Amino acid sequence: MPGNFDVKYVAHLARIALTPAEEEQFGAQLSNILGYIEKLNQIDVSQIEPTAHAVPLVNVFRADEVRPSLSNEEALANAPAKANGLFIVPKIVE
Amino acid sequence: MLNELTIWELAGKLERREVSALEIMRACLDRIERVEGSIHSFISYDAADALEQAAAADRHLVGGTTRRQKPLLGIPIAIKDVLAVRGQPLNCGSKILGQFISPYDATVIEKLREAGAIVFGRLNMDEFAMGSSTENSSFGPTRNPWDTSRIPGGSSGGSAAAVAADECIAALGSDTGGSIRQPAALCGCVGLKPTYGRVSRYGLVAFASSLDQIGPLAKDARDAALVLGAISGHDARDSTSVEGTAPDYTAALDGRIKGLKLGLAKEYMIGGLDGEVGAAVQAAVSQYEKLGAEIVEISLPRTEFAVATYYIIATAEASANLARFDGIRYGRRVEGSDPIDLYCKTRGAGFGAEVKRRIILGAYVLSSGYYDAYYLRAQKVRTLIRRDFLNAFDKVDAIITPTSPTAAFKIGEKADDPLQMYLSDIFTISCNLAGICGLSLPCGFTASPKLPIGLQLLGKPFGEETLLRLAHAYEQITPWHNEKPPLER
Repeated sequence: MPGNFDVKYVAHLARIALTPAEEEQFGAQLSNILGYIEKLNQIDVSQIEPTAHAVPLVNVFRADEVRPSLSNEEALANAPAKANGLFIVPKIVE
Repeated sequence: MLNELTIWELAGKLERREVSALEIMRACLDRIERVEGSIHSFISYDAADALEQAAAADRHLVGGTTRRQKPLLGIPIAIKDVLAVRGQPLNCGSKILGQFISPYDATVIEKLREAGAIVFGRLNMDEFAMGSSTENSSFGPTRNPWDTSRIPGGSSGGSAAAVAADECIAALGSDTGGSIRQPAALCGCVGLKPTYGRVSRYGLVAFASSLDQIGPLAKDARDAALVLGAISGHDARDSTSVEGTAPDYTAALDGRIKGLKLGLAKEYMIGGLDGEVGAAVQAAVSQYEKLGAEIVEISLPRTEFAVATYYIIATAEASANLARFDGIRYGRRVEGSDPIDLYCKTRGAGFGAEVKRRIILGAYVLSSGYYDAYYLRAQKVRTLIRRDFLNAFDKVDAIITPTSPTAAFKIGEKADDPLQMYLSDIFTISCNLAGICGLSLPCGFTASPKLPIGLQLLGKPFGEETLLRLAHAYEQITPWHNEKPPLER
């Protein structure tokens, strides 16, 4: 895939605006990195289970009870825009 | 100077009331003022808060609190800018967090406070811990105390440089692919990445959640053991932290390593290994033999695939974890015509180049049509890499390797070639993929310029005691960990 890596498309999927200069630079660098990653095709993994996580863990449950957490004020303390105890965001529904 | 001493030396002096915590903290702050202009380990530090904590520690000492009750009482420990400290800024070396102030303490910070430590400073790092040189910090690079034209390693470069330059007594870092061990090696201190699950990650800004782990950077193995003991243990707020309490790691430091088996992996004798680094590691192997360890040749056949596997898994996890930096709930916001436009502009302006590259790569390997070819395949290779290590640990107690293929390189030397930068992680990243533990300790210097060389010890899952035992025994017969960089004293 390295040859036709569409950096503009993937950057949009990742919600990152790139300048034309970044598109050109990252496109070349990422094609180079993906070329290197092709190395993994040399290994036969057909009989191998994937590892998501190195430590074998089962689901960790706790009782569904209210516990102390951040206050409304604390949760909003770092907000870039807030009013009336809420985050302010751009209009979503017309 | 007090700031040059170890935790255990200072703890003794504090207990005998020869010094006060205030004097120790002041010595660190004086040192910071003198050398920060040339090193830049810290993004910021709150001197007033640190002195207040020191005064509180002194009141505890006067009140009769003992080292046994609070093993780090009155000891200044500096913190990588990736961990939440209540009331202090948190930036992860990035512009995107703006004026963020942490609303709570990470679990490791709570634990350090319980142990009596003075928790201070925001140590510089590669943005979101992505990098091997600390050049990716949006606050400017940290410089290596041994040669200020060179990088300190990364991503915990600020942590390693601050410990090496005696600006603090010990520090916390985080390690996703070598970010504690590699800077420790390049700055000449001890750095330990605990086994995945040993230390709670609650309050650590996530980079790659299946790989991240918090650990100490310290002046010697005993100090690393003291800090690890303080921060380890189960935490209900991190579902990946393991049950049970951690052992007393200092109990393992009796100098006895006779009969321990050390593995040498033939795959680690790579072409890119610097001659002086190779020679120093060989000398360390001989010294371990003299101490009574048995050297066993082992094989880790998938070593050459580790870098590729890592840069798929780590970037995939990062692309999901860093989705939270969207300009809505915290940090900087760049307004847009609609929410998507706001996200794109905020992230375009807020993230630096390496973070953008990795998020884009991660989004790509997870995207429809490429998931199986990249992400799933990498997870399967991860199984094989882990299996290689577990097979090796059937035969040996620990594995001995260089930490980094070269000593510290020049600032700017690899900045334009991300792949070359990634390949310098070859010896450290498998450890995170396999979920085992690893430690780097000083094992010599290059001749000219004089730069530290790091020896890496890799251990079984939850085998930290063995690594600390080995490191401590080596320190008893070598001078390297006592050497200080040629900064103005």
